[in-house]
Amino acid sequence: MNTAIRIANVSKRYRIGGLHPGYMTFREMLGGLVTAPFKKRSNGQQTLWALSDINLEIGQGELVGIIGHNGAGKSTLLKILSRVTRPTTGEVELFGRIGSLLEVGTGFHPDLTGRENIYLSGAILGMRRAEIDRKFAEIVAFSELEKFIETSVKWYSSGMYVRLAFSVAAHLEPEILMMDEVLAVGDAAFQQKCLDKMHEIRQQGRTILFVSHDMAAITRLCKRVVLLERGKVTFDGEASEVVKRYLSSSLKSGASREWADQQAAPGDRVVRLRRVRVRTEEGETAAVVDIQRPFGIELAYDVLEEGHALVPVIEFYNEEGTELFSTHDTSPNWRRQPRPRGSYTSTVWIPGNLLAEGSLIGNVSIMSHFPATALHAHEPNAVAFQVVDSPAGDSARGDYVGPMPGVIRPLLEWTTETNDIATGFEQEDR
Amino acid sequence: MNFETGNRTSSELPKATTEAVRSLNTEPRGVAEITPHDLRTLIKSEESGVQLNLGELWHYRELLYFLTLRDIKVRYKQTVMGLAWVIIQPLTTMLIFTLVFNRFVRLDAGALPYPLFALSGLLLWLFFANAVTNSTHSLVSNANLITKVYFPRMFIPAASVGAGLVDLAVAFLLLIVLCFYYHAPLTLNLLLLPVFVFLMALLALGVGLLSAAVTVKYRDLRHALPFIIQLWMFASPVIYPTSIVPERWHWLVTINPIAGIIEGFRACLTGGSFAWLQVSIAAAITATLLVCSAYIFRHFEHTFADVV
Repeated sequence: MNTAIRIANVSKRYRIGGLHPGYMTFREMLGGLVTAPFKKRSNGQQTLWALSDINLEIGQGELVGIIGHNGAGKSTLLKILSRVTRPTTGEVELFGRIGSLLEVGTGFHPDLTGRENIYLSGAILGMRRAEIDRKFAEIVAFSELEKFIETSVKWYSSGMYVRLAFSVAAHLEPEILMMDEVLAVGDAAFQQKCLDKMHEIRQQGRTILFVSHDMAAITRLCKRVVLLERGKVTFDGEASEVVKRYLSSSLKSGASREWADQQAAPGDRVVRLRRVRVRTEEGETAAVVDIQRPFGIELAYDVLEEGHALVPVIEFYNEEGTELFSTHDTSPNWRRQPRPRGSYTSTVWIPGNLLAEGSLIGNVSIMSHFPATALHAHEPNAVAFQVVDSPAGDSARGDYVGPMPGVIRPLLEWTTETNDIATGFEQEDR
Repeated sequence: MNFETGNRTSSELPKATTEAVRSLNTEPRGVAEITPHDLRTLIKSEESGVQLNLGELWHYRELLYFLTLRDIKVRYKQTVMGLAWVIIQPLTTMLIFTLVFNRFVRLDAGALPYPLFALSGLLLWLFFANAVTNSTHSLVSNANLITKVYFPRMFIPAASVGAGLVDLAVAFLLLIVLCFYYHAPLTLNLLLLPVFVFLMALLALGVGLLSAAVTVKYRDLRHALPFIIQLWMFASPVIYPTSIVPERWHWLVTINPIAGIIEGFRACLTGGSFAWLQVSIAAAITATLLVCSAYIFRHFEHTFADVV
């Protein structure tokens, strides 16, 4: 496979601190000249390595996801690749024209008409005039704005604006395309256009870099994923592996939470939590659970005072803060049974094919109804984990790989009967 | 029936999406149609030296045209009177100076009637001053472009100069009218007129590139600029002839490229002889300044996106 992008030992340093991000005033410079000989050089103190020693090789025709938290260096890497800024050290080799759907509408001027903006934006993105002439009709048709092409874009609705801007960017036909969260914005039809365009570009053997912190999108679309953390490539490989690593570093409360000091643990004189974790059927702690597999939330706690009938409770929330459901321990063995002192481990099993994919958070409580109703321990955000749905499997999404709404995703049985079409219509008419 | 049509359209979308995404995970059909290895770009680190890279400028030449066009169109769309301003500015300035230096002070402007003398100087000077001012602000006001997409940044201030040239062309109508009014002689000297306009444009580009690049880094230059430009105007024979400059200050006029260019421009109108030495010095200074500014601009260029 031919190389499309070769990144060799690339580092990028930013100077931070001071009054201004990077520029200074003459007065400061003159002042600096005077004081400089008397000051110790503070090298390294006010610098930030946004990227350090990045090495990547991306083959022609590859679709690679780049994932990382805010500040991990994703946008700096993209800026270097798109030549907006230069690396402090190292070099990058690009084979082919690079284009981006990062900034849809770059170079648009509100006072110019749609037609004028197509030419201006096209030229800024690197198209030749003859090329724009050739593609003009196609760009306009794609945007569905034939009627408004002689109107200033300041009169456009935001939807029209995005459509026109995207049409220009989509017709750039770069050999290497960078996309950034494009699928997360816009309506369904716009997302559809993005996907179609990605499809077309990929079929032509072009290279795509897809940058996102939306794990669902990355795992759906990319086989190879590069994980950036604090300016370094910490993983480069299979999508599912990368996602696990990303999650373990991203969630403040992970898949497992332990309180070593009993006094500091959530609880009261009756009961104290010792540990909460997400576990697989095999007993391993898991930050990532397969949508189709059952998994358990395991609570370990110490009962310090006997005589209380304790009820462990777990509430589940998703990323948006929507409470999905809560579950109370209703097992007959311990129901209304005062517990003796000692260490306990309770596990609740959540069946496969119930929850939708995404990040979930579990709030853990222990309450009692006997002798009196009381809340003994409560730990919000005790555990967090990710439910993943891979497109390869036989999950509820079947062969569909786009965004799927809803907080639950049960795998349901469908039945379809077939009739003769003619009789079918007759039945409907009746 | 309504329900059925609604149902049909909504079921079409996921199907198409599915196909699109599923094929994203399959291998591409063929890579034969593009040969990207023809288009190799090497991005070097900041440590590597500064190159003028004229080839790249040539490659992007059409962008200069579109940026200039944008600057012109936007200006005329944003102002009610549009083109009229291009005429009004030199006209009123000329009238004021004519009133002061011709009626009150009775300045001897030599071969040309004072209004024509003042206008010829002012047209070139106002072009220069506006081009330099607009170039200086251009990088900061185009920050959204600079931080998002790569192209030779030199074209942003260059487009300001280009747009200024279009304004100059319009304002030239005023000069033509005045020439007819005062029966300015039609001589072969007029053929050299474009040469002096061109020299002035290069000088404006040289100064504009320099001040644009430096302003990004040192923002307070923006406040000093109007003052510097004002001083420069009174130090140049724009509204007064070189003849009134005392002998011991003549060297200042000689090394001021503005003086050489404006005097040469006027010689085209009078049909008089050119001060070739002064013109040559002006041309040499302009060329040197332009090359130096271009290098300085290239040197600062790669930090613009981080700083602007």
